[in-house]
Amino acid sequence: MIAHTIFFYTFSLIAILSSIMVIASKNTVHSAFFLILDFISISCLFIMIGAEFLGMIMLIVYVGAVAVLFLFVVMMLNVAQQKNEWFKSSSGYSHMPIGLLIGLVILIELIIVIGGWKYKPDLLSVTSITVNENITNTHSIGNVLYTDYIHLFQLSGMILLVAMIGAIVLTFEKRSGIKKQSYIKQISREKNEGVELIDVPNKQGIKIDD
Amino acid sequence: MISINLGHYLTLSSIIFTIGVIGIFLNRKNVIVILMSIELILLAVNINLVSFSIFLNDIGGQIFTLFILTVAAAEASIGLAIIVVYYRNSNTINVEEIKSLKG
Repeated sequence: MIAHTIFFYTFSLIAILSSIMVIASKNTVHSAFFLILDFISISCLFIMIGAEFLGMIMLIVYVGAVAVLFLFVVMMLNVAQQKNEWFKSSSGYSHMPIGLLIGLVILIELIIVIGGWKYKPDLLSVTSITVNENITNTHSIGNVLYTDYIHLFQLSGMILLVAMIGAIVLTFEKRSGIKKQSYIKQISREKNEGVELIDVPNKQGIKIDD
Repeated sequence: MISINLGHYLTLSSIIFTIGVIGIFLNRKNVIVILMSIELILLAVNINLVSFSIFLNDIGGQIFTLFILTVAAAEASIGLAIIVVYYRNSNTINVEEIKSLKG
């Protein structure tokens, strides 16, 4: 139990500090690196409290795909030189006080809600899908995901498909002046389009390219 | 040493949520950092769902975390595609200079 406490405080401290550095660091590449650190520590927390499958999926999806996508875009757009300048706007007007005030109010409201909240003691008996302790976390997720939530699962697949098509359509650029091979044109080319037979008059010749 | 219960995880998620919201408010330079703040907010929601799922012994929260992960990946890809297109058109992604859509 004491190891659990120590690990929780370590990982959550790393997560909070790195998420502060995500929004505060001057270099965008450093922000992306701190985002990766944040995801890794949160997925360590997930693995620690017993959601192993989600922790591993977080590592694969966020660190392997999303954060690398961020890094790729940051390096492609060459905005790493644009410093963040510590939230100073060029007109001299700073959003720092009002933004910090709103953030503080949100945090206080959340703390009040969490601190004053008690769940009903019979809430455990009204939960719909209880966890079987004899099977693993991945097994129990799979039992539910492909039976009770199959429509939502397929809908999320559709969301990914739409996102993929949308990203391709948005960034697709039709370039003019580039010669491309067209197989349809090549295959459907007929003999009388390409070859012309001419009777050459004797001793007079013919002009070819006029 | 106190033992870790549900309140600790909820406090952690609310702190990360607030940091994400502050990041959206305060950023004046870079749209990509705003997208990263949105990812932080979604991460806080995921922490909430997973901790409730573990402490209430109900697997539904983890299922919905999977769906949130899907939506977050789709949102990041579409948002970054929009940023790439905007950078190609106007050669900047500075928040202060994106004001062609005046109300």
